[in-house]
Amino acid sequence: MNVRTMQISRTVGFYVALVLFCLFAVFPALWMVITAFKQNSDLYDPMNNPFLFNLPPTLTHIESLFTQTNYPIFLWNSFIIGVIVVAITLVLAVPAAYSLARLMGHWGEHSSIAIFLVYLIPPTLLFIPLYEIVTVLGAANTVWSLILVYPTITVPFCTWLLLSFFRSVPREVEEAALTDGWSRVGVFFRVALPLALPGITTCIVFAFALSLSDYIYAAVFVSRTASRTVSAGVPTELIRGDIYYWQALMAATAIVGIPLAVVYGLLFNWLVKGFQVELPRSPRA
Amino acid sequence: MRNETVLGGGAAGGYEEPSQCSEHVAIADRDGVVGTIMLAPAVIYVIALVAVPFFLAIALSLSDATVGNPSAHQFVGFDNFTSVIYEAAFTFALRNSIIITAATLVLLTVLTILQVELLACDFPGKRTAQILLILPWAMPVALAAIGWLWLLDSEFSPIDWLLRAVGLLGPGTVLGPANNLYYLGREWLGIGAVVVINVWRTLPLSTIIVLAGRTAIPNEVYEQAELDGAGYFRTLFQITLPALAILLIVAILFTVLVIFGDMTVVALTTRGGPGYATEILPYWAYLKGIQGGALSQGAAIALFLFPVLLAASVLALRMAYRREG
Repeated sequence: MNVRTMQISRTVGFYVALVLFCLFAVFPALWMVITAFKQNSDLYDPMNNPFLFNLPPTLTHIESLFTQTNYPIFLWNSFIIGVIVVAITLVLAVPAAYSLARLMGHWGEHSSIAIFLVYLIPPTLLFIPLYEIVTVLGAANTVWSLILVYPTITVPFCTWLLLSFFRSVPREVEEAALTDGWSRVGVFFRVALPLALPGITTCIVFAFALSLSDYIYAAVFVSRTASRTVSAGVPTELIRGDIYYWQALMAATAIVGIPLAVVYGLLFNWLVKGFQVELPRSPRA
Repeated sequence: MRNETVLGGGAAGGYEEPSQCSEHVAIADRDGVVGTIMLAPAVIYVIALVAVPFFLAIALSLSDATVGNPSAHQFVGFDNFTSVIYEAAFTFALRNSIIITAATLVLLTVLTILQVELLACDFPGKRTAQILLILPWAMPVALAAIGWLWLLDSEFSPIDWLLRAVGLLGPGTVLGPANNLYYLGREWLGIGAVVVINVWRTLPLSTIIVLAGRTAIPNEVYEQAELDGAGYFRTLFQITLPALAILLIVAILFTVLVIFGDMTVVALTTRGGPGYATEILPYWAYLKGIQGGALSQGAAIALFLFPVLLAASVLALRMAYRREG
């Protein structure tokens, strides 16, 4: 085997592996999209090739999802909750991250992993006591119960992510502004914030996505249709008893999932960078 | 920069009082004060809604509270823990939680290394590949689980169709004689399905974390290795993996902790069944505590997760800090 054939076989192997990984990642989503447009008699025939449209595609199921189910209510609730949670998260996490990155000295600089561990205390440990708290506050069955609780997921994560962005702002820029007679607060608003804008954008996306994807709190705190979110409403209310309207269900998941995936994918390199600033260089490199 | 480091010398960070010696240092200029004010709201919030509930969970597990009467905190000692342990479901839940987490860990490690190696290269269409590969993480877990439920349907699973098409499934074949595999209806297939779904949805996150370390290895290291005539696998095992080892462990621990503590996939696919065959601790805590109304017992079950979470967190923390130190 000469060098050329080896190179070719290597390239082929690379692309085969890449395609396999991509297929594994998108196969469920692909299946969702195909299903959503299928007619009943096409879908529920085990002899049909499930990946092809044996009968012409139809929009009726997507139409009925929006006109005959509560899906629009779930979408609206998820949207409102997401927006308010993002606002609360930014108000809490941005100043906290800046403080840890710049103002709290040695302890603050090494706090990042401790913060990430807060993110790891799972909802499973907390949902029962939080259910009590929410009930006592009279917020059960309203969107406010979720708005109150979701920042427990988003604030630690976003603080941790922003920490690395604030750290990557060169210290000298801020110090020059301080020397020019600006106050620390002024430096924060007029120098650090604009420079950390990519980080803040990433945070907005994440806080929104995290609040959208919670299932356990949404399923436990809210049992009224009018206050359900997408994550809890689709599995609990669009499945009626044992009857699954698969086309509508798959449309309901794909409509939320695929746009999110595109946004995440576009942020891919920023995410890697976030972890890079965060995690110090490997010892051998 | 014109005027360098007025504020407590660069590297050490500015925790010392500002060295501007002017008489009137405004409050807004004292880093310690400003820092505390900026940090306080987040810390107070986390204490109120993470730390307090955590201790409340412990208190609940030692009481006899129910959904109907959540404030009746009669102290009952460890009764909840002992009564929970003797239930048949407990053995299943504990076993499955451990098996599912361990199996996910092994698969995830191998696939993460492979995927990181792929994404460390530059190739045309990388952007598209990134979007496709990150999709499982972007999709809300509950919705993804519904997708998998349909993908693994007992009658219309397209995987079954593929197996039938290539002659592996159906009457008179290797996997037959039934026309379907009933992924979610059998004990070990069900557990396998949950493992695959877990690997699917956490692979993007672990890849991103490890990729951050991988791209930090300077290219010269690889060029030198190639000049020295090291083959692909030699380079992988002698350069890449040792350099990434600790990062890899941290990334895998993080993702595995997420899986160990989450109930969504099981709750929406196998529902713990058949029987208790795929029951896991978090979902059982939910069934007991919320559906069954026994808040205190649910809290007790959830607390069985804590020793494992704590051990894994401490391990991850120590490794991460050893690298920083």
